[in-house]
Amino acid sequence: MCLAVPAKVVEKVGNVAKVDFGDNTLREVDVSLVDVSVGQYVLVHAGYAIQVLDEDEALKTIELLSEILSE
Amino acid sequence: MSFLKELRNRELAYALVRKIKEVFPKKPIKICHVCGTHEWTIVHYGLRSLLPDNIELIAGPGCPVCITPALDIDQAAELALEGKTVTVFGDVSRSVGVKYSLEAVRSEGGNVKIVYSILDALKIAKSDKSKEVVFFAVGFETTAPLTALHILRTPPKNFSILSSHRYVPPAVITLYSRGKLEMDGVIAPGHATTISGLKTYEPLAKEHGIPVVASGFEPVDVLMSIIMLVKQISEGKAEVLNQYSRSVTWEGNVKAMQTINRVFELTDAHWRGIGTIEHTGFVLRKEFKDYDARYKYGLKNVNYASEMHPGCRCAEIMLGKIKPTQCPLYMKVCKPSKPVGPCMVSIEGTCRIWATHIAFS
Repeated sequence: MCLAVPAKVVEKVGNVAKVDFGDNTLREVDVSLVDVSVGQYVLVHAGYAIQVLDEDEALKTIELLSEILSE
Repeated sequence: MSFLKELRNRELAYALVRKIKEVFPKKPIKICHVCGTHEWTIVHYGLRSLLPDNIELIAGPGCPVCITPALDIDQAAELALEGKTVTVFGDVSRSVGVKYSLEAVRSEGGNVKIVYSILDALKIAKSDKSKEVVFFAVGFETTAPLTALHILRTPPKNFSILSSHRYVPPAVITLYSRGKLEMDGVIAPGHATTISGLKTYEPLAKEHGIPVVASGFEPVDVLMSIIMLVKQISEGKAEVLNQYSRSVTWEGNVKAMQTINRVFELTDAHWRGIGTIEHTGFVLRKEFKDYDARYKYGLKNVNYASEMHPGCRCAEIMLGKIKPTQCPLYMKVCKPSKPVGPCMVSIEGTCRIWATHIAFS
């Protein structure tokens, strides 16, 4: 139920965006619950974007991983 | 999204496991998670078998279908039998109440339609306004804002919802403080916490001394979160940390929470097999009561003597007291193809996850 999948926003008109889940098929997603721009990644849950993914934070997680392993 | 490859990297996962084995003391540690998708990652990637014996991973009540009350299922089924169109997620339709499942009612001619989201339910309602349409709204705070969003968009008058939406943070805190959920540390559910914000778990750390880590869903994410918890536990610390910072923030999705709060208020609510937990049920505010199926159709609260089927031990499985394999029905009469207990229904149910991974069956 809480499954959410990352997708890239390719087009956006009002509260509806076309997103790519990585399979080169564009699907419509409601983006009313987030502030997102074309080019950003969103987490999609049941046809609705619930968050804009922060790529810088993702890279920080990889850095934190290196820190943990080198401690 | 290239970082996802690293978060599924086998060598990194093994390195984290070696770290856990080498660095930390061997005292028994119970780590609880409250998300079916975390259980899926743990079982699918065999993480339990990689961890040392002293670390126990417990699956808490993190499956919305599992905790949806039997009464709600039966009332939704009765509405369908009365001629209303009941729209429901596919997995919820297979969960058996005390009297009915929506799937069984559908096969007997009841008007049950499977939908992917509330939007599909609204399309059905708009297509024939002479027909009453009920959306069986199941799900945690991840799903509740979607329902709220559409209630604010003024649905047609023939549309209503039967809300079984539940709010996770107060449930985890209350179950821990009542001694029902045992843990030394908790993995906060990544997508529910994306909405509610990590701050909602702060009382666990501050008031109860239980460290919290919000975790992503890749195997390396979960192993990192375990190490972040084990480190705190071994150092006697209890902080709220964020492993899933690419999605989870301290404040959460404020827009989504505001949307929820405009439409719903929190009430004491029943969790199937677990009991009533204060301030965990999302009910429609008075101004939206015309969209509340309970109000619209005068549904009454009924106390069932037992809402579990004879022999079913889902209640203990949902609190991590026993493993699915300890239930006498597991894979004998209760199987994914014909679930008896609610934990065998959804891909987030612990029994279902274990059952579909052959090594554990």
